Amino acid sequence: MTRASRREMVGGSVDFDEVSVEDVSRHFGRRRAVSRVTFRAARGMIVGLLGPNGAGKSTLLAMLATVLRPSSGAIRYGSLDATAGPALRSRIGVLGHDLFLYPELTARENLAFFAGLYGIADSDACARAALERAQLDTRRDDPVASFSRGMRQRVALERALIHDPRLALLDEPFTGLDDASTEALLGRLKALRHGGAIVILATHDLDLAEGLLDTALFLRDGRNVETLSAPGGLRSTYRTVIGR
Amino acid sequence: MLRAIWLIVRKDLTVEVRSRELAYTTLFFAISCVLVFAFSLVQEGRAAEGVGAGVLWMTIMFAGNLALGRTFERERQSETLRALMLVPAPRPAVYLGKLTGIVLLLLLTEGVLVPLVALLFQAELLAHPFWLVSVVAMGTLGFAAVGTLFAAMLVRARSRDVLLPVLLYPITVPVIIAGVRGTMAIAQPDFEVAVVRFWFSLLVAFDVVFITLALWTFEPVMTD
Repeated sequence: MTRASRREMVGGSVDFDEVSVEDVSRHFGRRRAVSRVTFRAARGMIVGLLGPNGAGKSTLLAMLATVLRPSSGAIRYGSLDATAGPALRSRIGVLGHDLFLYPELTARENLAFFAGLYGIADSDACARAALERAQLDTRRDDPVASFSRGMRQRVALERALIHDPRLALLDEPFTGLDDASTEALLGRLKALRHGGAIVILATHDLDLAEGLLDTALFLRDGRNVETLSAPGGLRSTYRTVIGR
Repeated sequence: MLRAIWLIVRKDLTVEVRSRELAYTTLFFAISCVLVFAFSLVQEGRAAEGVGAGVLWMTIMFAGNLALGRTFERERQSETLRALMLVPAPRPAVYLGKLTGIVLLLLLTEGVLVPLVALLFQAELLAHPFWLVSVVAMGTLGFAAVGTLFAAMLVRARSRDVLLPVLLYPITVPVIIAGVRGTMAIAQPDFEVAVVRFWFSLLVAFDVVFITLALWTFEPVMTD
C-alpha cells in the first residue's frame, strides 16, 4: 500500500509542521491535572513526557488528541487548532493506556475497521500489511481476546499508526512488550522520526527513553518542572527534579 | 459519513453475532417481563382492553434500557468509544452508527415480543401489520435516539446504571404514551385509520425533534 493511497482519507487534506502547547492548563473541578505547560515539537522530533503517576502526562496527551479541552491556554497544530475537527483528527494517531481494540474481533477486523474509519480505500489490505509489520500475520484471524498483553499492544500500535499520522501520541508504548518487540518499537519510532512525524510519548521507562528522545519534559503535579533538549542522563535528572 | 455509519453498524453486528450477549439477555429479560405481566393481568384468558399495548411498550422500555447500557459498557471496557471519537469521521456518524445498531437489536426483540403479547393478552395487534410495524418502529427509534445520546454521555459516569433510566424514562414518556395509544388504536375492533395516523405522526415528530437535538449535542457533550 503506497503512502499516497493511504492518504485517500476523510478530511485528509490538512498538514502541519509543528505542534505548540502554550500555557495550557486543565482542571477537573478543583483538582489541577495540568498547569501552565508550554512546549513545542517540530516534524522529525520525539518528545518524551516523563513523570510519576498522576503527573498529568495522559491528560496532556488527551488534550493534544483533541478529546479533552484545555481549561486555559492553547494548543496549535501549525496554523490550526482543535476546531479543525475531522480534518485535523485524520493527521493524529493515538495509542492510549487502554488499547482501543474490540476483544471479540480478530486483529485483522480491528485494524480494517479503524482503517475504514480513517477513510483508507483498501482497508483489508492495509490491515494485513500492518499485521505483517507487527509480526502477527499468522495470528491475524484470531480474536484479540486470545492475545497476550504484548501482542495486543503491538496491534494497538499498528491501529494508532495505520493512517500515517503526522502527530503520533503514545501513552506508555513499551508496556507488556518483550525484548524483541521493544527493539522493533524503538526502530519504528526512529523510522517515524526519520519520516517527518512528530512523536510525543509518555513513559516511565527512562532506560528506553535514553538516547531516543530529542526533548524530554519532566512533569510533576501537572507542572513542567524541567525541559531538556538532546537529553542525556535522564535518570539522574529525573531523581533531581522529580525527587521520587 | 455513510461509510462510517455502515462500518460502525457492521462492527456492532459482528461483535453481537460472536458474543450473542445482548440479543440473549434482552430477549430473555423481555420474555420474562411479558410472562410475569401475563400471569398477573390475564384473567380467564382475557386481559382488560389496552393492557397488551401497555405491557408491550413497558417491556420495550425496560429491555431497551438494558440493551443501551450493555452496548455502551462494551465500548467502555477498552475505551473504544474514545477511539471512535478520535477518528476523522464526523462525530454525528458515530451517534447514528450506534443508534442504528441499537434500533436493529430492539426491532429483533420486538419481532418476538409482539406475537407473544398478542397471544398471551389476546390482543388484535397483528390485524393491521403495516400500521403496527410503523408505530413500533417509530416509537423504538424515538426511545433509542434519546437513549443512545444519554448512554454515550454517561459512559464514564460511575453511577451510569442508575442515571440512565432516571434521565431516559421521563424524557421518553411522550414517545411511550404515543406508542401505547397508537398500538391500542391498532388493536381496536373498530379500527380507525385516522386515529392511528395521528399517533404515528406524533411519533414521527418526536423522532425528528429527538434525533435533531441529539445530532446537534453529541459532539459537544462527547468532548470533555
